[in-house]
Amino acid sequence: MNIIGPNEILFLLQGLKWTILLSAIGFVGGGVFGLLVALARTSNWKSLRRTTAGYISVFQGTPLLMQLFVVYYGITLIGMEVDAWVAVTIALTLHASAYLGEIWRGAIQAVPKGQSEAANALGLHYVSRTKDIILPQALRLSLPATVGFLVQLIKGTSLAAIVGFIELARAGQIVSNQTYKPLLVFGIVGAVYFVICWPLSLYGARLENRLAAAAAR
Amino acid sequence: MDYKLDFSVVFDEMPDLLLGALATLGLALAGMTLALIIGILGVAARKSRFCVLRGLVIGFVEIVRNTPFLVQIFFIFFALPMLGLRFNPTVTAIIALAVNGGAYAIEIIRGGVDNIQKGQIEAGLALGLHKAQVFRLIVLKPALRSIYPSLTSQFIMLTLTSSVCTSIAAYELTSVAQIIESDTFRSFEVYFTITIMYLIISWMMMSMFALINRHYFSYPVR
Repeated sequence: MNIIGPNEILFLLQGLKWTILLSAIGFVGGGVFGLLVALARTSNWKSLRRTTAGYISVFQGTPLLMQLFVVYYGITLIGMEVDAWVAVTIALTLHASAYLGEIWRGAIQAVPKGQSEAANALGLHYVSRTKDIILPQALRLSLPATVGFLVQLIKGTSLAAIVGFIELARAGQIVSNQTYKPLLVFGIVGAVYFVICWPLSLYGARLENRLAAAAAR
Repeated sequence: MDYKLDFSVVFDEMPDLLLGALATLGLALAGMTLALIIGILGVAARKSRFCVLRGLVIGFVEIVRNTPFLVQIFFIFFALPMLGLRFNPTVTAIIALAVNGGAYAIEIIRGGVDNIQKGQIEAGLALGLHKAQVFRLIVLKPALRSIYPSLTSQFIMLTLTSSVCTSIAAYELTSVAQIIESDTFRSFEVYFTITIMYLIISWMMMSMFALINRHYFSYPVR
């Protein structure tokens, strides 16, 4: 079996499905927890700010691969029999929540202070002040960096291959071992990642330019 | 299930782990140095008059930044030998780190160079400085200063990324840990310990970069 036939392509596509699924779950889960992290990071409560700062610094100061390993073996340690993909999902969610939390923290703090003061003066409560005044403006500011992180996350899901999870990169490795055509197979795998990530990167760059142009006005 | 944490096996292997950490630092240092060189040369090429050269640099940056490091290192290790380019795992790891870090360095340095006002370059030329001097003194140093924070955090990221080099069995901290793990089956203990070691490495790098920043770049702006 030395050719890349429909079976091999199908196998790679199966891997691609998991890559996309992992990225999506990591991004959504990371988004929800990341929002909580960002809000805690900008809260008035000092110990909450400190704790989340530590959380962010630990996740940004360790390799994603280690986070995958520790969560993976940590879960089996407490005696839970879980699928590899549950462990990978949890690790990616935690990872994404720290990075997105830090990005959104910056965006929340970049919203001019007068905005929250004005909302305060109008008698708005914390919830509506945050939900209606601060976050919509912060979201706009954070969009380029958020898209940039999404690209990083999609690429990061490839590390699930090392803990044995069959996504695109691991599927590529398997097909390459079967067909002895590493140049072609890794070329294809790289191209597939590129086709997913590049449009996102371009979109992020365009958003950034637009924001910069708006700020210059 | 009753599982008792036992870190003693990990501490028995501490000398090996410390050597692995040194290897990681070595890989990271080699990768960072080469990445910086690629970054500077890449920006020079990116600004050249030849559109082919500019196009090549843009293509290189976009391809590297939009594909995973793991695929890049697999490509270098498994696919390039088909073209007659065969490297041992350590050299492969250094090349992969240099290429990956280099692409990001080009983007970051270019951002800094673009922010330099044209009048400054013209003033430098008018003062009789040579083109190379203008590039080094008027373009490069102020640009380095403004990009220093993003460049150094990219370098820390590169150091953490070097853990992926375990996938081709290059000698570094993670691969040492994997060997210890397969000998002792103390997976959680081993990985937890080296996670902390990575954390210490990145915190050390952070403070070192902050120190360099204060010494080298603390001249007044105006």
